[in-house]
Amino acid sequence: MYNEINSNKRRSVLLMTIFIAIIIGLGYVYSMAVGDTLYGGVWIAIIFSLFSTAISYFHGDKIALWTSGAKPITQTDNPYLYRMVENLSITSGTPVPKIYIINDPAINAFATGRKPELASVAVTTGAIEKLANEELEGVLAHELSHVKNYDIRFMTLVAVLVGSISILSHIFLRSRFLFGRRSNDRGGDAGAIFMIIGIVLAILSPLIAELIKLAISRRREYLADASGSLLTRYPEGLASALEKIAAEKMPMKQASTATAHLFLANPFQGKSLSKLFSTHPPIEERIKKLRTMGV
Amino acid sequence: MTPTYIVLAVVVVLVLWLIMMYNGLIRSRNQVDEATSDIDVQLKRRYDLIPNLVETVKGYMTHERETLVKLTEARTAAMATSNNPQASLADKERAENQLSGTLKTLFAVTENYPELKASQNFLQLQDEISDTENKIQAARRFYNGNVRDFNTKLQVFPTNMFAGMMHFTKYDFFQAAEAERANVKVQF
Repeated sequence: MYNEINSNKRRSVLLMTIFIAIIIGLGYVYSMAVGDTLYGGVWIAIIFSLFSTAISYFHGDKIALWTSGAKPITQTDNPYLYRMVENLSITSGTPVPKIYIINDPAINAFATGRKPELASVAVTTGAIEKLANEELEGVLAHELSHVKNYDIRFMTLVAVLVGSISILSHIFLRSRFLFGRRSNDRGGDAGAIFMIIGIVLAILSPLIAELIKLAISRRREYLADASGSLLTRYPEGLASALEKIAAEKMPMKQASTATAHLFLANPFQGKSLSKLFSTHPPIEERIKKLRTMGV
Repeated sequence: MTPTYIVLAVVVVLVLWLIMMYNGLIRSRNQVDEATSDIDVQLKRRYDLIPNLVETVKGYMTHERETLVKLTEARTAAMATSNNPQASLADKERAENQLSGTLKTLFAVTENYPELKASQNFLQLQDEISDTENKIQAARRFYNGNVRDFNTKLQVFPTNMFAGMMHFTKYDFFQAAEAERANVKVQF
């Protein structure tokens, strides 16, 4: 378990470094493409990348909660949920996270934050209403394992940084088409080559980011399923919760590709996109693994 | 000359390894002790709630003096065992289970008193107590997890050859922590 925590911390640093490098690289290519000898693009890229890394590290959890429309609750708002989280936190030996509710009939949940002391867990109203006691407990235990393993730090960073890469490449593409022609005349052949590279990079970078996201989150989900079951000692609870989600096939109202991998189950359930870019292992596979655990 | 250095290096490595092993064991043992005090916090909360419960219930339950006396006795016994440093884990567990059992009996009997079931104060206390019972189970499971980690560290080779010399002994698990879980849930 401690290996997992360290590797998550290492990956977080690595991710931030790669992100800064990609953005500065994009800025450089952009400067070359427009024939800007003062490297204005590079400076803007440096400032932008440092800013967005800092923001996603310190405020990524708030951004993720805000984009999913989660509302904070206290013990009196929903003592049932609150106590369940409290008890599971005692079992796992982590501080009680802040608890949020997302007003959505689909069954889902996610955890975010930079470290266990500052973690937040969000659950949909659908999950609270449709899941039985031990099913919800299984779901929450899965989320708390993400908290304990520092998965939340890494996954939140991925969410926000990947989001900003795609925003940036949008800007990049648009500006090429808007101002491209004039600078191209001045830049000559070199400018044209860089322009092509720039466009390719702009198209590729969100795709690369997407692929990184896929590779990292599948194994993570299996691991959280396993250590969550170790908390409740009842893998069947989570298994039957996942079964309900699979049977329902209900997409979430406020789902975004940037935050999809934070959730317990793919928020794009039943949409064709879910098969193409699936951030989660197939639910059937997860259920099968949980059933064979048999504590 | 060279053999002396080799021997010296081996000795240094061995000593460093022993220090690391010892510190690791101390760290996990402290984690187990911390988990023990987490259980005590929850147990204390239950001891504090019981007198309130008895006070609330007394007025309504005219025919159940015996149950209330048993409950108070079980509480006193559990507190005494909990404060006794000589008591083994099994003793403590038995005393606490005795207390849980009498609480369960009391809550079962309250079904016969409709006015009591309508009392807001009583319902709140009942809720608090069943929540505390769940928290006791949660704290015990955290304890069991820490004990598992400590015992594993202690028993793996080659630590097991030195652990005995350094007076580390393995801890016991809470046996009923898992089996009891189902019973607690029924109270809702």
